[in-house]
Parts: sequence; structure tokens; C-alpha cells
Amino acid sequence: MSDSVVLRTIGGMLFPYILVYGLYVQMHGEIGPGGGFQAGVLVAAAFILHALLFGKELTDRLLPTWLVDLAMSLGVLLYIGVGILGLVKGRYFLDYSVLDPTHPAHAEALGMTLVEAGVGLTVASVILTMVRKVNGESS
Amino acid sequence: MSDPVLLINVILLMIAVGAAIAAMWTRDLLGAVMLMGIYSLLLAVEWANLFAMDVSYTEAAVGAGAATILLLTALTRTGTREKAGPNFHPTALLTVIVTGAMLIYGTADMPRFGDPQAPATVNVAPEYIAQNVGKVDAGEDGPENDFGDHVPNAVTAVLASYRGYDTMFETAVIFTAGVCVILILRPLSPSARRETAQSQEGA
Repeated sequence: MSDSVVLRTIGGMLFPYILVYGLYVQMHGEIGPGGGFQAGVLVAAAFILHALLFGKELTDRLLPTWLVDLAMSLGVLLYIGVGILGLVKGRYFLDYSVLDPTHPAHAEALGMTLVEAGVGLTVASVILTMVRKVNGESS
Repeated sequence: MSDPVLLINVILLMIAVGAAIAAMWTRDLLGAVMLMGIYSLLLAVEWANLFAMDVSYTEAAVGAGAATILLLTALTRTGTREKAGPNFHPTALLTVIVTGAMLIYGTADMPRFGDPQAPATVNVAPEYIAQNVGKVDAGEDGPENDFGDHVPNAVTAVLASYRGYDTMFETAVIFTAGVCVILILRPLSPSARRETAQSQEGA
């Protein structure tokens, strides 16, 4: 936790913008540069900054450990789930066209968005978990 | 040196190499971590200069951001001074020189930078750039769509569609890393903590 008023004020102002930028990179990944991985790191960085400035306890209340653990597995499940949906619908694994059979190109974009959301969830929560654990939750 | 872009590239790389050498040289670990962050940021600018925007993003976010934070967090546990000892390791230097020489020898066979006849630009790259990869054939009278049947960012099209398996297992690897961190650094259970305390009292 930082004692500096300047750091805490500026950091508090930056925090929502970093989150929004992370979401932008996430949602815009198939149009501009970026994607799930980069977005995940950005979102994790926003919460790490929050923890550095306002203390671990407040961030833990904002984003409890069980939620981060859940998001970590949900991301991978979302990715694999999209793949298995293709099998269930009688097509190939990870065949995005099953998401919208009448509109394959939109299905492709939707599939990529879902898959990238899975990557983003996992990456953000894994990096957050790593920093939290190394930072010593146990002690 | 008439080409300003080349000049900027050379200057950036020289500062990056300088930062890397300084990071090895300094005994102040906090300074070393900061120098590595600067090194990553400079490389990110260099990638952006080479129009590799996705790589640049990743380098800036992971190299300059996440890795620096992880190392800083580790430093809060270890202290910021390097142990006193010899600054010169002949075996390490020899390994680096031999590896470097092999890498430079390997680049001798590579095509010139930006060569339009390079194998990488004549075989599969046109497919990627024409965005046939990840393209969905909607048919002759298929419905209209916003993207012209493909996703605009060729890198994402390759990563999320053409190499979907690859990205899926990468995500699984990251997940596994997270699970390992949780398992290794998890808090002790109450009974285990009592045992540790007892053994310390006994010793």
C-alpha cells in the first residue's frame, strides 16, 4: 500500500481506464492488433496496480480469490466448450460455423470472440494469481 | 545512413543492448529489474517499428509489464542486493559466446531483411495476407456480412481459427502454470502449520 497521495490519486484515476483499454483490446482483437492474451495481461496489470496503491485487502474484497480461481478454469472451459459444441452439432471440433449456420462469417467472428474471451479470462486470472501468491497470501 | 527508419532502429537496438549489459552489470537488483523493463519496452518500440504490432503489444504488456511486476514482487521477499562474489564467470561467458556464434552462423543462410523473394514471403504469407486463412465461404448467393467473409486482423485469424488447436493448448498450458503456482505456494493447512511450529520448537 502506497502512502503517496499523488500516486494514489493518479493511480485511482488510471485504474478504470486501464480496465476499459483492456476490454477494448479484448473485444477488438479480431479487427485491430491485440487479443485475449494481451487483454488478459492488461486487466491483470490494472488489478495489480490497484493492490499496490490501495492495499491487498481492498483488492481481495473487490476480486475474491475464489472468483479468480473460478475465472481461471472458466476461460479454458469456454474455449474447449466452443470446440465441443462443434462436435455436439455433428461438425468438426472447433468448427465455428455451428454458432450461426445461416451466417458463417458472423459465426466465425463470434467463435473467435468467445475463444479469445476464454484466453483473456485465463491469462488475467493466472497472472493475478501468480503475483498474489508470490506476494505471500499465506504469510 | 540516409534511411531515417534504419537510423532509429539502430539507435533503439543500441540502447536496448546497453540496457541489457547494464542490467547484468549492476549489483542493485531493483535497478536490474527496472533496466530489464526498459529493455523490453525498447524492444516493443522496435517491433512496432517493424510493423509487428501484435508482437509489440505482447512484449510491452508481458515483458515490460507483467514480468517486471513479478520480479519486483519476488524482490520484496529476497532483498535488493546481489550477493558479493566474482562478477566474471568464464564458463557462462564461453557458453554465451558459443551460442551467439552459432546463432550468427545460422543467420548467414537467412534471406536479407525485407527480401521479397524470401521463402517466408512467397509460400504461405500471401495466403495469410489475402486472408484466405479463416475465410468462410458463404457461397455465391450467401448473405452479406461486415467483414467480407473474413476477420480483418490476419494475426487473429491465424491464431484463433487456422491454428485453433494450438491456441487452445497454449491456454491450457497457462492454466496449468496457474494451478502449479496455487499448489506450490498455497497456504499450509492448520494441522500442517501446527506440525511445522512443533518441529521448530523441538529444534
